[in-house]
Amino acid sequence: MTALIEFLTAPAIVAIIVEVLKGLAILFGMVIVAALLIWIERRLLGLWQDRYGPNRVGPFGSLQVVADMVKIFFKEDWIPPFVDKPTFIMAPMIAMGTLMLAFMLIPITPTWGVAPDLSIGILFFFAIAGLEVYAVMLGGWSSNSKYSLLGGLRSAAQMVSYEVFMGIALMGVVMLTGSFKLSDIVAYQIEHGWFIVSQFFGFCTFSLAAIAVVHRHPFDLPEAEQELAAGYHTEYSGMKFGMFMVAEYVGVVLVSALLVTLFFGGWHGPGVEQTPWLALPYFVFKTLFFVLIFILLRAALPRPRYDQVMAGGWKFCLPLAVINMLVTGAFVLSNP
Amino acid sequence: MADDAPGTNPNLRPPAVLPPVVRELFDRFGEANLVYQASKDDCPTVWVPLELRDAVLVYLKHHIPRPYKMLLDFHAVDERMRRHRHGLPPSDFTLFYHLLSIDRNSDVRIKVALIGEYPIVKSITNIWANANWYERETWDLFGIKFEGHPNLQRILLPRYWKGHPLRKEYPARATEFDPYLLTAGRQDEEQNALMFNPEEWGMKRSEKDHDYMFLNLGPNHPSAHGAFRIVLQLDGEEIVDCVPDIGYHHRGAEKMAERQSWHTFIPYTDRIDYLGGVMNNLPYVLAVERLAGIKVPARVETIRVMMVEFFRITSHLLFLGTFIQDVGAMTPIFFMFTDRQKAYDVIEAICGFRMHPAWFRIGGVAHDLPQGWDRKVKEFLDWFPKRLDEYQRAALDNSILRNRTINVAQYNAAEAVEWGITGPGLRATGVDYDLRKKRPYSGYENFEFNVPLGKNGDAYDRALVRIDEMRESCKIIRQCLTHMPAGPYKADHPLTCPPPKERTLKDIETLITHFLGVSWGPVMPANESCQLIEATKGINSYYLTSDGSTMSYRTRIRTPSFAHLQQIPYVIKGAMIPDLIMMLATIDFVMADVDR
Repeated sequence: MTALIEFLTAPAIVAIIVEVLKGLAILFGMVIVAALLIWIERRLLGLWQDRYGPNRVGPFGSLQVVADMVKIFFKEDWIPPFVDKPTFIMAPMIAMGTLMLAFMLIPITPTWGVAPDLSIGILFFFAIAGLEVYAVMLGGWSSNSKYSLLGGLRSAAQMVSYEVFMGIALMGVVMLTGSFKLSDIVAYQIEHGWFIVSQFFGFCTFSLAAIAVVHRHPFDLPEAEQELAAGYHTEYSGMKFGMFMVAEYVGVVLVSALLVTLFFGGWHGPGVEQTPWLALPYFVFKTLFFVLIFILLRAALPRPRYDQVMAGGWKFCLPLAVINMLVTGAFVLSNP
Repeated sequence: MADDAPGTNPNLRPPAVLPPVVRELFDRFGEANLVYQASKDDCPTVWVPLELRDAVLVYLKHHIPRPYKMLLDFHAVDERMRRHRHGLPPSDFTLFYHLLSIDRNSDVRIKVALIGEYPIVKSITNIWANANWYERETWDLFGIKFEGHPNLQRILLPRYWKGHPLRKEYPARATEFDPYLLTAGRQDEEQNALMFNPEEWGMKRSEKDHDYMFLNLGPNHPSAHGAFRIVLQLDGEEIVDCVPDIGYHHRGAEKMAERQSWHTFIPYTDRIDYLGGVMNNLPYVLAVERLAGIKVPARVETIRVMMVEFFRITSHLLFLGTFIQDVGAMTPIFFMFTDRQKAYDVIEAICGFRMHPAWFRIGGVAHDLPQGWDRKVKEFLDWFPKRLDEYQRAALDNSILRNRTINVAQYNAAEAVEWGITGPGLRATGVDYDLRKKRPYSGYENFEFNVPLGKNGDAYDRALVRIDEMRESCKIIRQCLTHMPAGPYKADHPLTCPPPKERTLKDIETLITHFLGVSWGPVMPANESCQLIEATKGINSYYLTSDGSTMSYRTRIRTPSFAHLQQIPYVIKGAMIPDLIMMLATIDFVMADVDR
């Protein structure tokens, strides 16, 4: 018994347990934030659209999410008889799981973060984004419904073409930093100023690509309601639909956090050196800012046509990202 | 059939001066072959023998100077029970073709008498492509067969239906049928009848190296704007061909008209274009007033114009909101609904009802304007135009929206006329044809307003035309506000319904007239009349046949949306699904207006 206690209190083990607990805290924190976002988005849309939004459950309706959760958990977990069952069940898991996994890269504060020092940082995110396609594609294909299939097709085409330049858009950042590590990228920005200035075009193309990859409005063509009913998740209901739904919001948080980390100095801000606890509010508010931008985009913009989205990706964003990469490369080479 | 001698009714005696088109037809085809029928409307009606029909139609469409290019309406009348035919050619079923010439700004109605219980005639789809649906509907509702029609199927009723409802022997009331019972077997049968069979429409299921996907869009689909179904033959997302399927909203309004008194049919008209409210009452009461020979006071005309323009605004606002939503922007529609509420507040204050006021009456309106109406109208006029400018800046100038709609779902003026397109859909192609200007009715000649025109005939222009029309409607309403004439709100005429009550207790004649008018309903003199108006969605007309009874003998309702939907496959072939959604949005149809 004492041996066990001794073993558990050994500094290395304590460190591991603390890390695991931190990881869990980040995971749950993020899921809760993503769920709350559903409420925040609905209230904000209400505000912008001249109506109330959900305001009945709890203070200002903030417990609406809880009510929705209770409802969705108790709903019959119905699988249509015509679907390909294993894939049908797997798709929402991939959707939610992969995006949550990517969250481990983010250095939330200098001390909080699951794996901000992962040496392949950004590459890992690209891999995750690549996997994300499967969720939508498999969901659309396994449903055996024509609307779902068209949604799946659209998403496959859209994500593949946007991922091409998503990588290239970030190469400027990587070249200047000389590292794929997100913690290094933040450290570089603390020293040399935020990347939003020097990598403005990288920021533009990356944020477009990021929206397209998490298929948020205006790039929500795979689920374009006016054309494809609910697109790839037409046949989903209950918790499996809920997972797609939460995955979308996890994606919004993830992309916002990435934008903050890559281009806006991450947790850094004036006064952080003196009062380190400021790092968390800085990070949270910066991220929240981008989340709100995403919601505003949804409220404000119409949706381009599918082929226009593709053309925009290949003919405009890709060349811009490539030029940005080349110019940055030339700069790095000429200033060794 | 004819039960009184020709010429006994002075109303039906041909006038001394023939309309020019009748003179031209007489010259070309011989006066002996044709019969000219005088009716209460301005539409010259000529009876043509079946053998000459195609020649006459081709002549009118192609060879006559300033031709009649548009087949505005085409249907049939079951004449077997009709009394007071006054020397018209003998006929069991009569086909009528209502042609419109934009150059002449006039119409002609060609009638063809058919003899026999279930006549068979040749199709005219080779002359007018848009005769297709009209022939299907005539087959569906009358049992008249058209040989040479590409696919003569029922259109409004389901395929398993038995009987042809507009025939006079077909019962009009539910109590005359067995109770409806849906068994499992019957459900299967009814669902199987809805299965789509591509071969029947001349479509291939596959090419050498790939299969087509057949996508069933509707009748329940977020962008189908009602119970509208369209089956798409897809190659990827490209629409190779498509088949619109209508009839899910059919309620038999034309049959109901034959069992309702002239007065009690008014509320049914509200439900034809259910966004149009009193706009639907207008052509009906105008047509009845022509039959009755009622001239309404200037105040009635102005009140009617004002209310009708209010409904044009509410209908166009809903169009604008749903259109922008169909492009994918979710916010604007909420603002437009707010504006509609403001308009409906005014409408409610005046009519006592919001969407379906049924407020016009034969010879007047239901009530006089309430006290303080002018303040409410003015409030709306001060509120609304500013908002419209904002919508244009915020939504229609958006580059994504422009890219989605410019040069999308495009057709030119000639194609529009060929398919019977009217209203904003026609004016967006640059054709300056608005009945309010060209054939003013209900006092429109007294108003100053412009007719907004587009030039490309694409989805974007159709939206712009409607926005500008709302501005013009505001102008018209403002003129109504400042120049509302004084006077009675009902015509002083024995057939006005309900008749004025003020003098009923003072002399017996008025009392008797009033009693008959509200118990039987008014008896309209035997004749025919038709009134075309510029409704919210295009030209709407009511073609009424009275055989001297308290009820209409035949009520033909020509709705613009029916023609507009028929054109979809022609325009949308080769485009993508999102373009189809834009087409559906900018046609601005409601299914009740299509199916009646």
